[in-house]
Amino acid sequence: MSRLAVPKTYKLFVGGAFVRSESGRYDRHGDRNVPRASRKDVRDAVAAARRAAGPWAARTAYNRGQILYRAAEALESRAADFAIERGEVEGAIDVLVHYAGWTDKLAAVLGGVNPVAAPFLSFSLPEPTGVVGVVAPDEPELLGLVAELAPALAAGNTVVAVLSESAPLGGLDLGEVLGVSDLPGGVVNLLSGRRAELAEALAAHPGVDAVVDAAADPSLAETVDRLAAESVTRVRHAAPTCSYEDAVADALSRLEAVTELKTAWHPVGA
Amino acid sequence: MTTPQTRTSIAWDYAPAPESPDHVRLRESYGLFVDGDFRDPLDGTRVPSVNPATEEPVAEVAFAGPADLRRAVEAACRAQPAWAALSGLERGKYLFRIARLIQERARELAIVESMDGGKPVRESRDLDVPLAAAHFFYYAGWADKLSYGVGGRQVAPLGVAAQIVPWNFPLLMAAWKLAPALACGNTSVLKPAETTPLTALLLAEILQEAELPPGVVGIVPGDGAAGAALVREPDIDKVAFTGSTGVGKDIHAALAGRGVPLTLELGGKSANIVFEDAALDQAVEGIVNGIFFNQGHVCCAGSRLLIQESVADTVIGKLWERMGRLRVGDPLDKNTDVGAINSREQLERIRSLVSAGEEEGAVRRTVACELPERGWWFAPTIFTEVAPAHRIAVEEIFGPVVSVLTFRTQAEAIEKANNSTYGLAAGIWTDKGAKAFEVAKALQAGVVWQNTYNHFDPTAAFGGYKESGFGREGGPAGLRPYLKVS
Repeated sequence: MSRLAVPKTYKLFVGGAFVRSESGRYDRHGDRNVPRASRKDVRDAVAAARRAAGPWAARTAYNRGQILYRAAEALESRAADFAIERGEVEGAIDVLVHYAGWTDKLAAVLGGVNPVAAPFLSFSLPEPTGVVGVVAPDEPELLGLVAELAPALAAGNTVVAVLSESAPLGGLDLGEVLGVSDLPGGVVNLLSGRRAELAEALAAHPGVDAVVDAAADPSLAETVDRLAAESVTRVRHAAPTCSYEDAVADALSRLEAVTELKTAWHPVGA
Repeated sequence: MTTPQTRTSIAWDYAPAPESPDHVRLRESYGLFVDGDFRDPLDGTRVPSVNPATEEPVAEVAFAGPADLRRAVEAACRAQPAWAALSGLERGKYLFRIARLIQERARELAIVESMDGGKPVRESRDLDVPLAAAHFFYYAGWADKLSYGVGGRQVAPLGVAAQIVPWNFPLLMAAWKLAPALACGNTSVLKPAETTPLTALLLAEILQEAELPPGVVGIVPGDGAAGAALVREPDIDKVAFTGSTGVGKDIHAALAGRGVPLTLELGGKSANIVFEDAALDQAVEGIVNGIFFNQGHVCCAGSRLLIQESVADTVIGKLWERMGRLRVGDPLDKNTDVGAINSREQLERIRSLVSAGEEEGAVRRTVACELPERGWWFAPTIFTEVAPAHRIAVEEIFGPVVSVLTFRTQAEAIEKANNSTYGLAAGIWTDKGAKAFEVAKALQAGVVWQNTYNHFDPTAAFGGYKESGFGREGGPAGLRPYLKVS
């Protein structure tokens, strides 16, 4: 007797929950219905990311590193579930491992004690920028996304990501992996839909502190820049990341793009 | 509506100690510094640079037109490959020379800075000029060690930088911009502010004395339109701007889609937080330094004073008493604490925001001191009973005006401090080390001073969070905006 399969309903990942688009809209990808997120979904996701930002940044670097490593473990164990070439999934796993190790190294590389010419202990330390909007490339759908997510998370940010428009399933599947990786709800939010619509809403949102745009679309890049200027949002444009090597070769630049350097002065002596 | 409170006039028991401008060698008229020499403008104009303390012209200065900007950028483009090809050591040696020459001409630079901009000569002499020299000295030493400054990455210069500096620290901001750009192998076209071009032009003379190759630095005074045109020049590879948030946003948008790296150092409404366990007399000195330094024309000025309720009356009382002892007047008098307001326009902006503060119901007290008849002045002013939504608690006044708010708990202090679109700086006054570190961590500000305020050093990064801008100046972090890394 044949068994009737139980197909998965694909949903957005917002605030730690799997939700449909508030708009009720969807797109067809193969034989699947995939939510087409709205501007309102973007605002909800940014609100969730904002709520999660303080507590996530306040966790120890060691703890954030362990959670990113846990995500790598979870992705490895579910690699077979992804309808994606094995090599790409393994690349994404290794990227998570690489950035898991950055959480407690970043301060030593980007920060330090400033030898000021006055009786003060002055030091500069990187802090997370806050909420990072990620615009993922169309392909590779998983690695291209993880290569932008991982540095933002490692630096202590929370993320709202716009997934590959042409192939969102891998990104939505990743949400299920992250959902079981001890990442607090809202630290990562994943939206599928029309890239231009969602990326514009992200870049224009005053609650987004930085945008990482890996869509490699010049016209979108210009729009993102223009909208980001309205609230002095930091922007990094990047080409899609196609290999583990690409994802880690410029790790420090990726991390810098989502950090702020804070300089503190404390008096020494009277 | 409240009227300014008067105070009993204090008879000063001191003799004026004016700095003599005799030593200053100013030309009657300055050309644009382009391709290594002072040149007549092609399509620009000549305008007098005015002393805000006397409203008298100090010298005539050429303002750049579009063709002048083009010529300066072309010269910088021509000079860039050879400048970048020099060994780091040799580039550094030019910067060391510049640092030394600034030190040698320190007195003259300080006097001209105060004549052109209105700031007390004590500040020009003790802060602006020595720090400008220190910045060149610091980045000179980086020129042959650049990879170490960026985590071991491979580095290359970006090319030609367009750099725009404000009028509040004219020479110092020019140094903050030029030193790292040149150390990294870029060439630069620098636009000084409309009202304060003179020390940049003296710096141009210093660059000549240092035998800096022609074109490596162009100095093109001009107004806001010139700045807007400069950042739109097609051959610019980098833009660095210090100034208002509004103009910063315009530049950011103007560069949309061009991939030109940008550094913005913009406005602020920085919180200066006084806890009840602070050494209050020391805190009062810090508050005064935080807001009245340079007439409050400081992007990181401690313009929102947050005082814990239990000590608010005491601190405000001590502060008001201390404000009454500030000496307002001749910037060239070495006793002067508060000099002239930089321009008539800025004075109008200050007056307009102060009026808004009164209209919205805050209580204003202004020191009743005698102000010179000519020139632009604003007496030190404090607002109490300020609500967080008042314009004087939200907008940058950029003048000698402090807005006082109070708080009960540490959490409330942090929340109020962070309740701003800006995030440039903050001050914390407490005798408890653990509290200071905890609060410093929670503040969204690029610089946090504990039990001090307005300290700067070339080794320490400076720059903002949120709408106070992005990118850092100072320290190894100050190299990154001027390098391609791989």
